[in-house]
Amino acid sequence: MIEVKNISKAFGEKQVLKDVSCLFERGKTNLIIGASGSGKSVLIKCIVGLHEVDKGEILYDNRDFKSMDIVKRREIRRELGMLFQASALFDSLTVEQNVMFPLIMYSGMSKSEMLDRVNFCLKRVNLVNANHLYPAELSGGMQKRVGIARAIALNPKYLFCDEPNSGLDPQTSILIDNLIQEITHEYDITTIVVTHDMNSVMEIGEKIFFIYKGELWWKGDKNSILETDNKEIGEFVYASHIMKLLKSKH
Amino acid sequence: MNIVFHFGRYFIMMYRVFSKPEKFGIYRENTFKEMISLGIGSMGIVAIISLFMGAVITIQTASNIDSPWIPSYTVGFTTRQSVILEFSPTIIALILAGKIGSNIASEIGTMRVTEQIDALEIMGINSASYLTLPKIIAALFINPFIIIYSMFLGMFGGWIVAVSTGIVTSNQYIYGLQYDFKPFDITYALIKTVVFAFVITSIPAYHGYYTRGGALEVGRSSTRAVVYSSIAILVVNYLLTQLLLI
Repeated sequence: MIEVKNISKAFGEKQVLKDVSCLFERGKTNLIIGASGSGKSVLIKCIVGLHEVDKGEILYDNRDFKSMDIVKRREIRRELGMLFQASALFDSLTVEQNVMFPLIMYSGMSKSEMLDRVNFCLKRVNLVNANHLYPAELSGGMQKRVGIARAIALNPKYLFCDEPNSGLDPQTSILIDNLIQEITHEYDITTIVVTHDMNSVMEIGEKIFFIYKGELWWKGDKNSILETDNKEIGEFVYASHIMKLLKSKH
Repeated sequence: MNIVFHFGRYFIMMYRVFSKPEKFGIYRENTFKEMISLGIGSMGIVAIISLFMGAVITIQTASNIDSPWIPSYTVGFTTRQSVILEFSPTIIALILAGKIGSNIASEIGTMRVTEQIDALEIMGINSASYLTLPKIIAALFINPFIIIYSMFLGMFGGWIVAVSTGIVTSNQYIYGLQYDFKPFDITYALIKTVVFAFVITSIPAYHGYYTRGGALEVGRSSTRAVVYSSIAILVVNYLLTQLLLI
């Protein structure tokens, strides 16, 4: 479980997050949604400590992340995995070396144990026979899968996904979404997904936080989001032609 | 104010770079890889520059000696002093600042803009140290060998041109190389080399590490890295010369 309490963040004069509080539950896919520039990516980066919050608290299972020194933060970070928008795979390493990287750094496993774990993770994300390929040789969807495999290599307690579907076709997007949800349930981890993709919302939105102009505007789940009469959510959800058509049919 | 900000941030980064590594084995392995990349990869360009540099110094010295009272071996002596004291340590450092510096800044800068550095941080790794320390250690270790190699080739280049053009005889040139040799000159050159090695790795690493934006900014960081490390080499060269030779 991750709890953020009243966090605010400004870049210079620009206030990006205003007093945001959320409770991200364990064993569920928690979605942070909102329009581009609403502050959702800044929120996830504040939670993992890539940006320092100006005020507020971030609690990882009641452990106050903000007040920790850098050494203790690194210990927490070893419990989390993150899938980045552009996958952020190390270009100089092969798929196998990318997934093995966190294991080499922290696991204390033997080479053969690490290799077994790498193959298990790659099989889990349905990526076989790609061990010796470099990231540049992979498609966008394959890169995301490697990113997920790397994120789960150390059995994380927390999984963060920043726009996991960006640049992917609708079918691959659904595969990645389902994979994230399956892993969340299978390992009973706290997963936070930042997205603006309504397909993802409807596919895996077990808990949804809608950020609007840096504020937590609404929270609910994939069923309640279609029924809310909140104007800003309505504009976000029914922005696309297909959603408008669906709405008119109902 | 801007300069103070950059100095402050540079020293904070260096503090992080020299903090205890997560896993010595990985750092050691990376240091060896960097030695090959930074050291062996620079041998070719260093050889070409050094040979021609020595040849040109020899010709210029010979062409400027008009008086019959100045002995012929002065050509070898001057070539040796110029190569050891200044050309090999400083000019090669400037060349390496361009080659290695731009390479380091663009490599780390690209990792920054593609979120690879964020990925390292998320894994709980001290990214500044992981990416920079092996490069600095590798350069500190390998650059003195490169400079000694450059000195040898510089003097050899001078010998080739001296003998092939008949400016001075081989014996006179070699006598000049040996004449009034002070071992401290080599020490002085190697002290400079080690300091320059730190400059040409740490300054580009700093510029790469704090790159913001996209491909355009990576290019700008790379350019800034070369410019500032070259300026730093010239300033440090003056300070060390003042300190060690006067």
